[in-house]
Amino acid sequence: MTNNQPLISDKANIPFYRDERIIKIFAQVLSAVIIVGILIWAIINFFKAADARNMTLTFSFLKESAGFPISNPPIDYDPSMSFARAFQVGLVNTLLVSGLGIIFATIFGTLIALARLSSNWILSRIALVFIEFHRNIPLLVLLFLWYFVVFGMVPQVKESIKWPGPIFLNKRGIYIAWPRLTETGGIFVTMAAIGILVSIIVFIILRKRRKITGKATYYLPASLGLLIVFFLFGWLLSGGTPFQMDIPSFTGINYQGGLRLTPEFAGMFLSLSLYTAAFIAEVVRGGIQAVDKGQIEAARAIGLPPMQVLSLVIMPQALRIIIPPMISQYLNLTKNSSLALAIGFQDVFAVGKIVINQAGRAVPVFALIMLTYLSLSLLTSFVLNIYNRRIQFVTR
Amino acid sequence: MINTEIEQEMIKPPLPPGPLKWVKENLFSSIFNSVMTVALIPIVFYLLFSVVSWALFSADWRAVTQFPLLYTVGQYPRDQIWRVGVILSSIFLFLGISWGRWGGLLRSISLAAGLVCVVTALLPVQHPQLDQGMRLFLGSNTVMILIGYFIGRIKAVKASVIVVGWLLIPICAVVLLAGIENSELIPNVPTTLWGGLLVTFLLAAGGILLSFPLGVALAFGRRSDLPVLSGFSTIFIEVIRGVPLVTILFMFSIILALFLPVESRIDRLVRALMAVTVFSAAYSAENVRGGLQSVPLGQIEAAKALGMSNLKTTVFIVLPQALRAVLPAIAGQFISLFKDTTLVVIIGINDFLGIGRSIINSDPEFVQLRTEVYIFIALIYWIFSYLMSLASRRLETAMGISDNL
Repeated sequence: MTNNQPLISDKANIPFYRDERIIKIFAQVLSAVIIVGILIWAIINFFKAADARNMTLTFSFLKESAGFPISNPPIDYDPSMSFARAFQVGLVNTLLVSGLGIIFATIFGTLIALARLSSNWILSRIALVFIEFHRNIPLLVLLFLWYFVVFGMVPQVKESIKWPGPIFLNKRGIYIAWPRLTETGGIFVTMAAIGILVSIIVFIILRKRRKITGKATYYLPASLGLLIVFFLFGWLLSGGTPFQMDIPSFTGINYQGGLRLTPEFAGMFLSLSLYTAAFIAEVVRGGIQAVDKGQIEAARAIGLPPMQVLSLVIMPQALRIIIPPMISQYLNLTKNSSLALAIGFQDVFAVGKIVINQAGRAVPVFALIMLTYLSLSLLTSFVLNIYNRRIQFVTR
Repeated sequence: MINTEIEQEMIKPPLPPGPLKWVKENLFSSIFNSVMTVALIPIVFYLLFSVVSWALFSADWRAVTQFPLLYTVGQYPRDQIWRVGVILSSIFLFLGISWGRWGGLLRSISLAAGLVCVVTALLPVQHPQLDQGMRLFLGSNTVMILIGYFIGRIKAVKASVIVVGWLLIPICAVVLLAGIENSELIPNVPTTLWGGLLVTFLLAAGGILLSFPLGVALAFGRRSDLPVLSGFSTIFIEVIRGVPLVTILFMFSIILALFLPVESRIDRLVRALMAVTVFSAAYSAENVRGGLQSVPLGQIEAAKALGMSNLKTTVFIVLPQALRAVLPAIAGQFISLFKDTTLVVIIGINDFLGIGRSIINSDPEFVQLRTEVYIFIALIYWIFSYLMSLASRRLETAMGISDNL
């Protein structure tokens, strides 16, 4: 392998073991041999074990009937459906809890950050206590506190707590009155969708014109007005009743109707989003504080009103610093949603765990779970990185 | 004489604001602020009052106070518990030595630890697990800290010796805790009996000590110009960072066995430690890589021009600057590793949180007391991770990294 004759020139009489090129090739081969060797060794072991235990290594089982129930599936599911369907249920649950969690954590985290920066000492201290509390306890402990302690103290169905809304709270979950589409509701939704699309297009066109020509094009009022017109039109077309409030009612055993949040979902959602909100608050605070004070003073000096100081001077600069750590917080939240297993919320991981125990198809199921999370992570960071690139400094 | 004259002519810096002025500036600076202050004060007082009155009068702390040993060491055989005591004492001894050598935050930690020991030893309560021997042991730990302090003051004790000692403690601790087979003095104790804070600290300390070198190696691997090495490191880091820790824990507890020879058996706790280590190493690697990128190329060129070898350049020029630059991120990673050790509960290891859960489930009476147990657990985790973040902030200030504080 180390045929050193042609590599050593006549002038420089370097021994082959000190020739950097040869050392590099040698290191390359050595590292390749070690890594590939370990992999091959592991795979040989694996096939031996697979033979001994009669394990299937294909994904064909996904078509078979799952045979286990999932409580409160967000999409149609019953045990006679396939394993693939069970995974889909888990995936929808994961996406629901992490999507809603990301939205809530961002809003709440930003509010906490603003409270932390407030000139009011008490408000700022309250925000500090919130942040320090959530940052220094493990997420699993927070999850248990919410699920076992807070939701554990909630009364039985018969003594449900009633909140105005109407919202009912009992051991089976939270019941919220929820608007449901009536028969003519479809027309309203279509009109609303068209309206949103049209107003966005108008907004973009008019704002571009404003940027190019410098003339006032009133892009905000124009697009908002269009939106309202479309909504009103849809409302009238649908006969004035596009929605009907679906109010939960007590049927003797349980509440029916309305939107039901299970305690598992509520506990998972609350602990995930509050935990992440504390981290997001620190990210946002850091970003806002990093904006040069002179920038703000200069913006005020040229007479910008406070709202424009915030939206045109502070936010664009703060966002550049905020977005990259924010992406990693979002990724963390999505990955942390796998803790749902500990309280029996049926997310992708919990469903996968059941399949492993049931069918002993550990390796393909694990590959599936890891692929799901990997693609979720890659997708999230891909989308957010595009946004990030757009708002970074453009250097020419 | 001249000095005082100059002093009189100098413009003095403004005095710190008096209490009244402070209140006016921070609580009532505008109408909106005043309204908020008036609205918030009663809410804060109400919350504080209800929490304190609950904790002191209506909470039933039996499920916490009855089992101090379970919470600290789990089911570790009670007649072998002196082994944990020996480890604890040696940790206190080295804490004292470090205090004598470096002072600073270590002083506060040593004093606090000594105070906790003395107060616990002198608690005027009857408790079956707090007998004469235990009280004596706790009292002697305070003496250990003091002895350590005076050893640390001796100039002959070198810093490197203390660091090596700190690194040796975990290794000795594991050997001592596990015991030696067929030994009269220290028989084997299976890890299924280990539990409580002991396991939490073992996982955290082991994870930190093992994952950091692995992380540094991965960071260098990723930056290496050997395609095989950098490709492998990159895939390894990105895959681990892309999946949740629970997945990795299950991977090591279920799947790993399939890829090893059939006859090999790795202990459950070791597998958990491996999972935590690998997970944390991937994140450390990215932190370290950030630090490596921040070292100016001129530094490396200068080192090479001085005739330093690659190894020497890396160890003495690149790494110190890189690690210093990312110290806050590394410290944050260690804190989250400490918090993440709780996830081993999911694969059935009785760490501190797991012990709390099994105590709750052991008695229907205790199910009603779960609020107290979970709040106690949260409080203990909070104290330790807050201490860790405090230590990291002090270290940053001492090293001149952070500009705040």
